[in-house]
This record gives sequence, structure tokens and C-alpha cells, in this order.
Amino acid sequence: MTTEKLISDDGIRNDGRKLDELRKIKFEIGVLKNTDGSAYVEWGRTKILVGVMGPRESHPKHLAMPDRARIDAFYRMASFSVEEWKSPAPSRRETELSKVIREALGPAVFTEYFPRTSIDIFIEVLQADGSTRCAAISAASLALVDAGIPMRDLVASIAVGKVEGQLVLDVQDKEDKEGESDMPMAYMPSKNAVTLLQMDGQITHDEFLRSIELLKKGCLDVYKMQKEAIEAHFKVNESNTEEA
Amino acid sequence: MSNRIIPVVKRKQIIELSDSGKRADGRSLTDYRNIEIIIGQINKAEGSATVIIGGTRVTAGVKFEIGDPFSDTPDEGVMQVSAEFVPFASPEFEPGKPDETAVELARVVDRGLRESKILDTSKLCIVPGKKVWICHVDLYILDHCGNLIDTAALAGLCALLSAKMPEVKVKGEAVEMTGKKLPMPLSGNVPINVTLAKIGDKLFIDPSFEEEEVLDCRLSVAFMQKGDDEKSLMICAMQKGEAGYLTADEAVRAVELAKLKSQELRSLVSSKVNVNG
Amino acid sequence: MNFEQRQLVVPGTLLAEGKYEAGFNVYRDADQYFASIVGLADLRNDLVSVIPLRGCYLPQPGDIVIGKVIECIPTAWMLDIRSPYQGVLFASEFLSKPLNPMREEARKYLDVGEMVIASVIAFDRTRNPSLSCRDHNLGKIQRGTVIDVDATRVPRIIGKKGSMIGMLKKESNTQIMVGQNGRVWISGKTRDEEAYVAAAVRKIADEAHTSGLTDRIREYLVSNRR
Repeated sequence: MTTEKLISDDGIRNDGRKLDELRKIKFEIGVLKNTDGSAYVEWGRTKILVGVMGPRESHPKHLAMPDRARIDAFYRMASFSVEEWKSPAPSRRETELSKVIREALGPAVFTEYFPRTSIDIFIEVLQADGSTRCAAISAASLALVDAGIPMRDLVASIAVGKVEGQLVLDVQDKEDKEGESDMPMAYMPSKNAVTLLQMDGQITHDEFLRSIELLKKGCLDVYKMQKEAIEAHFKVNESNTEEA
Repeated sequence: MSNRIIPVVKRKQIIELSDSGKRADGRSLTDYRNIEIIIGQINKAEGSATVIIGGTRVTAGVKFEIGDPFSDTPDEGVMQVSAEFVPFASPEFEPGKPDETAVELARVVDRGLRESKILDTSKLCIVPGKKVWICHVDLYILDHCGNLIDTAALAGLCALLSAKMPEVKVKGEAVEMTGKKLPMPLSGNVPINVTLAKIGDKLFIDPSFEEEEVLDCRLSVAFMQKGDDEKSLMICAMQKGEAGYLTADEAVRAVELAKLKSQELRSLVSSKVNVNG
Repeated sequence: MNFEQRQLVVPGTLLAEGKYEAGFNVYRDADQYFASIVGLADLRNDLVSVIPLRGCYLPQPGDIVIGKVIECIPTAWMLDIRSPYQGVLFASEFLSKPLNPMREEARKYLDVGEMVIASVIAFDRTRNPSLSCRDHNLGKIQRGTVIDVDATRVPRIIGKKGSMIGMLKKESNTQIMVGQNGRVWISGKTRDEEAYVAAAVRKIADEAHTSGLTDRIREYLVSNRR
């Protein structure tokens, strides 16, 4: 463990960011050829690829739900995505994250339009540098849009951490490992709906309330970038006058 | 492949086009699709490369782990190649353990690398008989548009050639990372894999997904060469795959054609990474 | 109303507030109307809808679709029609005489991997869509080229009152059938010709929402003839 401070005396973090500053985020939509929808995100040094397949027939059939689509998320980290080699087989952490990610995206999808089908969301973390579940959820929203699956809203996600007593927005790996707490949130801004909320560490009630405000601001920043990515990808050259 | 639905209209189309030396995507029977090689995208890996052939995309990562040697080679390190078929790469990939296609691909790529002795595993020993380097070469199949083997083999090769290994200091029984990086112990031999598909009575280089759906069988051949020394060229691995067959003459023709194409791929790799070790 | 006609919107975009009607790809929450899909917002009288830029194909009775056989069961075939739901084609809707499953196998008439042009006779989301090949022009595809495009682009490939598809047929001397499910069958005298028309169809799909498209495609086909 390093004795270097994570936040300098004038409020600059070890990667040069201010306390409420996001890392550089870049979204790309429609990057894979064999999916119904896909997206890629570079979020600081985190790199994640998401592919959505569906709605399609559920396999096995007995798992299908009679009145809605089932959603399944598969969050996996590549063996070379972290500092120490990781076996490709899914760990318990990946299993838990798959579940909370599914539960973060589920509320946004109009599953009742596609009874008896499956929507599968495959997430491959190629490089992990903190807040991978937030980047994965944000990219998965775009992949769902690319698949043309009807949704109530986009889901934006980000984490707030407590580092050396101060609240910071968009937690990077080093801050997560050496800080006092990490709190990721997923949010549908048009609905003011929180679809993922987790916390580990120790914070006061007041810190919690301040974190929620900071998280909403951060999610709105991500939401804006998600919309810009969609507009850039689906940019229409000229207005259409011959639409049938 | 025997589980796939083979569209009848497509096989006829492909064979008819090939009679005039053409393919559905405009290539000749002996052309590769467009190849893109990107080196070093994954900083946390000791080496990485992404190769895209047509739409097929594979990212390979090289990671070093300290482990136990095999009992029959106590002073040598270990190279381990694995392949993960990510479900979003193709509708027929199911989540779960690697199936027989993934296992075959990993072993075919491994064979090309291992038989060429590209990595000098005797230089991967840390504490003789006790601790050695395990060099993981992990191939992640991210998009399947045909010819996974050549794409994965190129990605694994470029990841290895561009990697740097960690430096360690041995203090008694303890092994400490110094934080520095060393060049890889490469022998200078570089294996290049070329795959052909037999459809009807013709041989197709770099089969696309549709061509693979209708092929009779495929042949992958790995050629190794030391740098530019063409006299050192040897065949170091071969694999016939899928349920059909090819005649001995066709096999001979295939190897001849593959040899020519391997030199093209070799130049491409040399332009991206240092092949001389 | 919160948008300009044909503005690009995303799921969750607030389109309008007040007394409107929710059209395609729009949902209502109290008196607010939101887009549920990525597309171009549209207002006609009071109807707010979104023209989709991405979407899956949901069968409608009367649609013509091109399906690929994926399974043969005793008296029917299951077809992949590029929809969340697989189509069912009963033998009685494909053959002129009833099929006795004791005496013959369905595979003899239609095997796995073969393609058919069929019409949708019924669909509600509780059961798979049922298809029929009874009409003229429907049945097994024996020759030609089949390509897949995004189903949301089919209206553009057909054009207003069939203007685009009519132009394609006239300028290329090929037979063309556009499935509502985003599959297009092209049959010409040579494979090269079919490949060229296939490229034109893909171009239409890519540039569906630009103006001047019909003329550009016509030029593309005419230049091929030379």
C-alpha cells in the first residue's frame, strides 16, 4: 500500500481530476456484427464490450415467462482485464454483478411487449479500472437501444466513493481499493428512478445524503453523453421527404 | 458445424459464383479479406493484440503468472493457450464452458505456437524445480464472421511478439517483482496459420461465415520461419476440420496455396511488430 | 409539443404534454408522452409517434415473409422469420393434399435450411405466428439470392405506393420479393446481376432516411447496365 495521498491538499485526485470530475468517457454504438444491438465503452482505462441478443425464443422453453420477456445479463471479465491473471470461469463476484446488472436494466425495458421470449445481455470486460458495473450498465443501455428494444428511458450509472474523508465522483480502481467506501448507483433520469444502489464501506447518514445528490449529478452527466453517442451514430443526413 | 442449419440456396449461389472465380463478397478464391491488427490496447496485460479479418474479431491477451513447473520439465516455464467464445460473437455460442469448437481452436493455435518453439520456455524458470513463469495466451472471440482460427492465431502471435515480461528478484524462497519489464525470450521462429475451405471442387482461402456454413471441410496449416530466412521455412502444424473430406491432391494443392498466402501474412505481421525477438 | 417534425429522439425523450394520442413507439405517463425507441418523432393531427430507426419484426396477419426452415415436426415446419417468434407452417398450408405422418416425412417436401416465401395468417403474442403458402407466388425458394436487412427499412425499400420496388424491378430486369421481416429475394439471369441488385437494396436500407434516394439508386442500377 502506497503512502502517497490519493487527494492532494488542493483537492486534486491522484489521476489529476477534481472531486466531482468524471473520467474521459467514450461510447460507440453498433460495433459487433452478430448481435441485435451492441455498444463499446472506454471509461477512463476501463474498456467494456456489450452485446444484446433478442428478443428471441427462450432456451430452454420451460424457462420462458408467459406474459413477458425474460432478461438475463452475463457479466464476465477477461482473464487479462485485471492486474493478476484471472481464470476465465465466472467467479461469485461476476455472478452477483450479473444479477444486479439485470435488475438495473430490467425496469427500463417494456418486457410485456414480448411474452415468452428472452433478451440476453452479454458484457465482456476487456480491461477493468474501477466502476465496471457502472460502465457496463451505461453501455448496455445503448446496446438495448441499438437492438430496437422498447424502453422507458436510458439507464445511466456512476459511483461515488469516500476517499481520505472526502466524497469523490466516478471511482477509479485505486480509489476503490484504498478508499473508505464505494457506492454505485444506476438511474433513469426521466423517471427519477433508481434501479441499482449498492454500498460497501463506512459512511455517515449525512455523507449518504450528499452522495445521492452527487450520484444524480453524475448520472445526468453520463446520460447526456449516452444521448450524444446515439445522436452521433444515428445521425440522419437530411430530412426525409419520401418516407412511405 | 454439423449442428448448423445449412441454407440450401446459399450453397448453390456460392458454388455457381466460384465457377467464374468469384465470391459473394467480391473477392477472388485466393484473397484474404481486409486485415486490421491493433497492438497493445490492453495495458493491464503484459501483451495484447486485436485482429480483425473481414468482420471476425479476436482480442488476445498475454498474462504472466508465477506457478509450479510440470514434474517432467522442472526447469522450464509453461505456455498455456485458451479460447473463450463470447456469446455475443455469434447466436450459436452458448454461455458456459468452452465447447469442442473452442477447445479445438485453442489447441490448433497452441500447436502452431508450441511446435515452432516461438517462446523459449527454458528462459521462463524462476526457482528451478519450484517456481516458473506460466505464460497465459488467452484468445477472446468477440465477433464471428468466419475463419476464427487464422484470426485467433494472428492475435495470439502478435500479442506474444509485442509483449514484455515482468522482472523478478529471487531472495531465498521468496520471489519479488521489481516492477521492471524485460523483453520476451523469443527464439525468432514465427508461425503463421492459413486456413482454406473446400466447397465442391474448389479451395477458398479465408472462408467467410456463409462459406463455412456450406463447406465440405477445412484445412489449417501453420508455417514457421526464422525472420526473413526463407530457407528456414517449415510446416509446424496442420488440422483438417469438419465432417467432409478432401483428396490427397487437393491437400497438396492446399498446402502449396497456403504457403504462398502465409508469406503475405508474414509481411503484414513484420510491419506491425518486431519479429526478430 | 416538445420536438420538431422528424427530430431524432431516444427512449425517455419527452415528446409532448397535454391532450394527445400515443401512436407507434410512444408511451403515455399521466399526460406526458415519451418515446420508447430510437427514431424520428412525428406528429399528425394529435397522434404522436416515432418512426423507428431500429426494431425487431413483429408479424402482422397479411404480411409476406421469407422464412428459413429450422425444424421439421410430424405435420409442420418451424421457420426462422427473423422475429422474436418462430413461424409455424402446417403441412396443410403448404401441400395440396393432406400429409399422413405415418406414411411420409415432412422433410421430403421441405427440409431444414430451405427457404420459403409465405404469408402470415394469424399472430397474437400468446402463440407463434402461423404461416401459409397457399397463395400464388408463395412457396419454396428454388433459386436466386436472399439477403437480410433491418426490418424497419422495408417501407423504404418498397417506397410510397411501391415506387422504389417498382423502379428496382424495371431498371434491373430481375424478380424481387420483399418480405416484411427484412428478407429480400432477388432472382435474375446471372448471379452477378443478383449481387448488384442486392447491393442496391443494402444501399437503400443504409440511406433510408435521406432525400433524393430513388434517383441515386436508379443511377446506380443504370450505370451497371453499361
